[in-house]
Amino acid sequence: MKDAGLPPTAEISNIVKSYDHKKVVDDVSFSIESGEIFGLIGPNGAGKTTTIRMIMDIVLPDSGSIRILGEKISPDSKNKIGYLPEERGLYKKLSVWQTLTYLSSLKNKPASNKRIEELLRRVDLLPHKDKKIEELSRGMGQLIQFLATIIHDPQLVILDEPFANLDPVNTELIKEIIFEMRKQGKAIILSTHRMNEVEKLCDRILMIDNGRSVLYGKLTDIKKKYRNNSVMVDYEGELGELEGVWRRRQDEGHTELFLDDKTSPQKVLSQILEQGASINHFEVSTPTLNDIFLQVAAENDE
Amino acid sequence: MNKTLLILRHEFAQTIRRKSFILMTVAFPLIALLAILAFQTIGGLTGPSEPGKIIEIGYVDYSGGFVDYTQQDGVELISHPSEEDATEALLADDINQYFVIPVDYLSTGIVSRYTLDRELEPPDIVWQGIKSFLISNLLDQQADAEVVERVKYPLSLASITLDESGNIAPQQGGFSAFIVPYIFSILLVMAIFTSSGFILQGLGEEKENRVMEILLSSVSPRQLITGKVLGLGAAGLIQILIWLFAARFLADMASSSIGGILSNLQVPADFLIISLVYFILGYLLFAVVMAGVGSIGATARESQQLSMIFTLSAMLPFFLVSLIM
Repeated sequence: MKDAGLPPTAEISNIVKSYDHKKVVDDVSFSIESGEIFGLIGPNGAGKTTTIRMIMDIVLPDSGSIRILGEKISPDSKNKIGYLPEERGLYKKLSVWQTLTYLSSLKNKPASNKRIEELLRRVDLLPHKDKKIEELSRGMGQLIQFLATIIHDPQLVILDEPFANLDPVNTELIKEIIFEMRKQGKAIILSTHRMNEVEKLCDRILMIDNGRSVLYGKLTDIKKKYRNNSVMVDYEGELGELEGVWRRRQDEGHTELFLDDKTSPQKVLSQILEQGASINHFEVSTPTLNDIFLQVAAENDE
Repeated sequence: MNKTLLILRHEFAQTIRRKSFILMTVAFPLIALLAILAFQTIGGLTGPSEPGKIIEIGYVDYSGGFVDYTQQDGVELISHPSEEDATEALLADDINQYFVIPVDYLSTGIVSRYTLDRELEPPDIVWQGIKSFLISNLLDQQADAEVVERVKYPLSLASITLDESGNIAPQQGGFSAFIVPYIFSILLVMAIFTSSGFILQGLGEEKENRVMEILLSSVSPRQLITGKVLGLGAAGLIQILIWLFAARFLADMASSSIGGILSNLQVPADFLIISLVYFILGYLLFAVVMAGVGSIGATARESQQLSMIFTLSAMLPFFLVSLIM
């Protein structure tokens, strides 16, 4: 992931932002390395967009520092960032082609005809290149905005709720492109309140709630830490008494068995098999980000 | 390319393509041109006005004594013995029209005129011709030629405006001297407020359609505002240049074709330069004010309401202009 000796793509240290004496971002720090997808997650109003706006130099932090590619944020560093704001919008009267040309030139990297064609072909919108933005469907407009975000080949890509209002096909298409960018060594920040949506995408996450950082680190580590030692079983037949299982929860299509500290999932599996039940599905359960968030938020409230 | 320049170019190109901008730019010269053409058409309705062509006017003299001076400016008067004879000549196109001097003309002054044309009023040349013919015959032998001439044209009024020290003022006033600056002050206000209004509208729209955040992720607020002010200013400058050019051309056209109070109508070169300077300075002031207002307002509508305070204060001199006239 990280190239030795190179600074992080973005390094955010202790940023604070208040509106009307209320801290909307309170002492948040994190860093993003090249070649990773970083999830900035939290519920609505947690401070994600304000954090991003500070990274983009649209809003100035009250204190703290932001460094992009090892340098203090400057007009030049803006050229190396691609930003898809949460609130979408483009010039309605411009054509698709003009939009991409103009927005890429504002990044000091006017896109070549070849680059525009290539991107439009990728999202199947090349036949619409001369249409005005107002003539496009909402989903198409969103794809164009996504292309405008990445057209200048930025080192850091910030996507605020990128999948909102997209149909499943386009969602998959954008996910594919995001994975490609990671492969190319770009750093990607995905900000969303739909935590489960990004579970399979992110390498590391920062979870914020009420402006404060509540969880930060590798997704796998976090999940391991918050694992509640249970297994999901989908079976046919009767399930008798199981040693080391202190609670059962019936869910739709499966049963969750909660194990005590001394019992391993393997031990439970062998007990079930011994009882002769036929197993369709057996999975060591890991909590969803949503569950983890609820747990962390509850802990913080206490 | 410099980002300010990019925004300037974009704003300029977008503005000159706006329907409202194009409409306003061509509307003023077009309306003025139509007005002149309309005036000419109406002028045409009042009778033939081709220079050099002699209008033949018949007359029937029942009063007696109107026999001489039948050659007047652009008009030839032909005597007919009776109205029937004159009507026949009129229908045969031998004469253009005729008039009858009744027996009691001297006491009533009534002269009946007959013509085949529909007209608002008799053409000036006909009216002057008949009048001159009547005066010349009435005063024949009773006054000398000079007096007759003065009776026909009693005065040619030359007004001279003096300044406070009693010297002849450099600006001699008059309708023509008043109307050009007056129309232009209105046009300048329109040009300044249209262009600076586009800034207000543009910022409002960019906030409403959320382009603002994308723009600010690429450029600084200073670059954005500077680019907008200069880009829209350049478009406004094109507009005012077109108007000034049209004004010069139209003023010449109006003064030669309409004449009368507009005969001295002209747009001097120094006036053009002052107009340009006023536009640039006025625009810069209001553009920056509007950019400020546009930055405060959350939507185009809100900004529009806020901007009323400044628009009204800018219009104030207009309301007070009557006090200094």
